[in-house]
Amino acid sequence: MSENTESDGERTRDAGFDDWLDAARANEAYSLVCEAGHHSLPPRRVCPECGSTDLTEEPLPETGEVETVTVTHVATPSFEADAPYATAIADFGPVRLTGQVVEVDPETVEPGLAVEIAVTTSETSGKRIVGFRPVQ
Amino acid sequence: MSSVRVAGTGLTSFGEYPERTSRDLFAEASATALADSDVPRDDVDAVLYGNFMGELSEHQGHQGPLMAEAAGVTAPATRYEAACASSGMALRDAVIRLRNGECDVVLVGGAERMTNLGTAGATEALAIAADDLWEVRAGMTFPGAYALMATAYFETYGGDREDLAHIAAKNHENALTNEKAQYQRALSVEDVLEAPTVSSPLGLYDSCPLSDGAAAVVLVSEAYADEHDLDAPVAITGTGQGGDRMALHDREYLARSPAAREAGEQAYADAEIGPEDVDLAEVHDCFTIAEVLALEALDLEQVGEGISAARDGRTTPDGDTPINLSGGLKAKGHPVGATGVSQVAEVATLLAGDHPNSEYVEGATTGVAHNAGGTVASAVVHVLEVVA
Repeated sequence: MSENTESDGERTRDAGFDDWLDAARANEAYSLVCEAGHHSLPPRRVCPECGSTDLTEEPLPETGEVETVTVTHVATPSFEADAPYATAIADFGPVRLTGQVVEVDPETVEPGLAVEIAVTTSETSGKRIVGFRPVQ
Repeated sequence: MSSVRVAGTGLTSFGEYPERTSRDLFAEASATALADSDVPRDDVDAVLYGNFMGELSEHQGHQGPLMAEAAGVTAPATRYEAACASSGMALRDAVIRLRNGECDVVLVGGAERMTNLGTAGATEALAIAADDLWEVRAGMTFPGAYALMATAYFETYGGDREDLAHIAAKNHENALTNEKAQYQRALSVEDVLEAPTVSSPLGLYDSCPLSDGAAAVVLVSEAYADEHDLDAPVAITGTGQGGDRMALHDREYLARSPAAREAGEQAYADAEIGPEDVDLAEVHDCFTIAEVLALEALDLEQVGEGISAARDGRTTPDGDTPINLSGGLKAKGHPVGATGVSQVAEVATLLAGDHPNSEYVEGATTGVAHNAGGTVASAVVHVLEVVA
């Protein structure tokens, strides 16, 4: 584990996923791509579309677009202090991501909003979560 | 291929029974189904049982043999887990075993104990039917997931919260006559619209309740039914299963359910019928938007038009294709592991003329049961027909 690697308290790292969060925090988010051009998210050894095992990392576009959104008022105990919060699915070209939209009034988030990835932390648990920040 | 007959059905009341164990709930449902079938326990060849959250709610894994014991049956038993489609998948395997001649009698059912976890605990337990790394850790709840689909549907095809509210009102109206239903009370469109928001655009009354309950059916081969002169007029004539990527964001469409379409097409082809032959259906309406997506996936409504089906009266009891005459998950309740089998039990009873709402579908010969797991990464569909 490198020095700048964050971890979620006592929890064991999840290889692939936590590595991706580290990369995203360093503005180096990526998708996995097979030789046929199918993109997917880690951890993965096989392309879910075609079964190819030759997967390489390709940088994601810096900007994505919110495709759909909800403001969650009734959260699980793991996100109790975060509520209400906006959860969105944003399109980053070859892949979509699910994340919380931060640094904005949740009620104002609508499909079409341009966002960038902003790895953030849960107010409830302090654990890292995939987030989106509106871009101007 | 020999047909598979529904010889008996049994449901507990669905509701809040936090002190009742799953084994107790299933003991009741299976005893009712066995008594209804006139099949002796010794003749049961297998017990197939659906359950989703038993490890979390009861600290109980390995539930197959436990439930056979609760049913008083010594046959081998297996548990199926496919989130909210758990017992639908168990039923599909029962049909396959009966068709291939491996079994003559199968007791299939499911149970779930949820309300002992409380709302927060049950919400957390249900969430694990989604992708833990990429969805749950981003704070996605199940109402949240269906809300994302509802927003996407409105964006793509139009419609609004009021259209959805008509679905909730219809299903509550249908449940008024169902003594097993969790809610036997009417809900107006205004009630739904004024309820607190759970995950926008879905409110409290767009969601099914947390429920405890169990369901069981006794399925037999046609040969067994004939040999024992059983009163079993309804057959399961079609079965199908579909699958999709686990995370909602990995799917081609955010406002369609291809897994349910695949399951439906298989089941229709298997039964050699088309959607135009369907007289009634029980579909998986865990949230109001889910009923819309189900109707469109089953080709009972055109894509983009399911949203208006309840409002315009096409799916109400007096409409062309009554949907969820039991009250659906929305009003009847949704003890997740029991739901798939409970839907098949309702369709069988409606077609046999033994349901309080059978009057709305007099002369009906063909019904469909649609059971979905997660955000429909799993789907199973069955066609039932009156054959005797």
